Amino acid sequence: MGLKNTLHNLKEKYKGKKMAPAFNAIHTFLYLPNETTHSGSHVRAADDLKRTMNTVIMALIPVLIFGMFNAGYQHYSAINGFPADFSLLNDFLTWDNFLVGLTTVLPLVIVSYVIGLAVEFIFAVIKGHEVEEGYLVTGMLVPLIVPIDTPLWMLAIAVIFGVVIGKEVFGGTGMNILNPALTIRAFLFFAYPTWMSGDKVWVHEAVERAGTADAISGETILGQLAQNTDASYSISDMFFGFIPGSVGETSTFLILLGGLFLIFTKIASWRIMLSAVIGALTMGLIFNGVVSADWISEGSKFYGLMSFEFWQHLLVGGLAFGIVYMATDPVTGSQTNKGKWYYGFFIGFISVLIRVFNPAYPEGVFLAILLMNVFAPTIDHYVVQSNVKKRLKRSNKATA
Amino acid sequence: MGLLSKKDANLILDPLADNNPITIQVLGICSALAITAELKASIVMAVSVMFVLGIGNVVISLMRNIIPSKIRIIVQLVVVAALVIIVDQVLKAFAYELSKTLSVFVGLIITNCIIMGRFEAFALANGPWRSFLDGIGNSFGYGLILIIVGFFRELLGSGTLLGFKVLGDPIGSPETGPTGLYALGYENNGFMLLSPMALIVVGIIIWVQRSRNKALIEEN
Repeated sequence: MGLKNTLHNLKEKYKGKKMAPAFNAIHTFLYLPNETTHSGSHVRAADDLKRTMNTVIMALIPVLIFGMFNAGYQHYSAINGFPADFSLLNDFLTWDNFLVGLTTVLPLVIVSYVIGLAVEFIFAVIKGHEVEEGYLVTGMLVPLIVPIDTPLWMLAIAVIFGVVIGKEVFGGTGMNILNPALTIRAFLFFAYPTWMSGDKVWVHEAVERAGTADAISGETILGQLAQNTDASYSISDMFFGFIPGSVGETSTFLILLGGLFLIFTKIASWRIMLSAVIGALTMGLIFNGVVSADWISEGSKFYGLMSFEFWQHLLVGGLAFGIVYMATDPVTGSQTNKGKWYYGFFIGFISVLIRVFNPAYPEGVFLAILLMNVFAPTIDHYVVQSNVKKRLKRSNKATA
Repeated sequence: MGLLSKKDANLILDPLADNNPITIQVLGICSALAITAELKASIVMAVSVMFVLGIGNVVISLMRNIIPSKIRIIVQLVVVAALVIIVDQVLKAFAYELSKTLSVFVGLIITNCIIMGRFEAFALANGPWRSFLDGIGNSFGYGLILIIVGFFRELLGSGTLLGFKVLGDPIGSPETGPTGLYALGYENNGFMLLSPMALIVVGIIIWVQRSRNKALIEEN
């Protein structure tokens, strides 16, 4: 209990001083606070912000571990060729694979947390409010949605930008318009496109080896489709995630489990997830319809992505990850139940739309979610207004 | 300030900070976003606006008593248009490449809100000397922000300043490879060259300015 007492004493010593929020944050993060509420009415609830955040992190851990194994698997497969008869234990869950993942993914996680929390602490001290827990989830999401070899300094700059411009300028956790993790991702994409797209960034060491005799590459499925070649991975590979991609987005299976866990614990909205899936399927079906109606020739540069089976869109790229972990962000999403349906639907719909028509980068989930983040308050406004109108009409009828 | 009375000096100094056209009055944003990807373009734009606003203010101020108020906007437009055409022609004659970079935005100085704003708010009600100082002051304030934004956007976006490779050479000679910061793995930030980043840089300037001077924060 030595540390707890030290922290408590430090807290008492700095009470009312500038550094107080920083010590408070460390104290309450590690231990139960000593203070209890002693006046007014209050609710005892177990699910405070910190616990909510931790639940999301728990749902992310399997994806992270899988991402580490997959990093090694993709790396060695790109060098030695994919194993002929794949066995999960001998080819995938090996120490070598994990080691590659650990040495590449762990630094991303550490940089993301250290830089992000440092910014949070600095702002808390400047503004004199308590450190908010909002970064706990963002910090875990960020390493999962970037390519494996993203230089750490780029990530650090992007994290500073995302936390300051995406969140702190609006007033901190709970006040942000845009999802900070996606702001970070978008910043990286627009600032350093060569590190964020193409066929070299998804496999560890592919960038360094480019141009040499040992060159390796790992095009994502969407990248292959955008070049009108058929995807060279089986459906089960796509579903279980043995494909190249950003660190944590590949395994639709584990994301699905994580999503079910979040729905079961009532942390994330099933309405948003379901409607986003419906939206993506709708757009996929429209494109499939265009292809089967022969409105587009095979030579068109959109043919590969448009003829992709509509339901397979859910298995590749970041769509599943975005829908489950990012679209459901309670701060930036729609608040009303009806609004959530619209909000989710358009996320799925626009994601697939951008994915097919984006000439430079065949993925659009992060752009779609950011766009709908901006529109979420508008959607809520109209949902509330229409409800007001409906009830006014009803009461007028009753009095008339 | 022996040359200027205190009141006159304030005409120049106020728009630099506490009454800056861009960060406080939020005028002239379009050009601040569009042409600040390079420092050189920012400087030329700042000088052009200073020319147009300085002379324009004097001309309007001289004519202020004979302009019928019903057609004053037209008269103002004619004056700005004439001055802008002069600027445009000079740029085309002596700095053709640059005038291509600035393209339509030289012509659009006509619609720069700062210019019409100063004509309306100041030149129509003050004498030529004070109007001249006001014009110079406001265009200084405008130019200052343009140059700050241009500085950061060019430095971080292209790694150059006024075309000089201050951060090293990203490609370099075949023997040595990249030099300077680029040898360490640094890369230019492409986002800086896109207009949204200019808006964010202006926003950060506004943020810093208001946190230093609490009097600027509006009550709500």
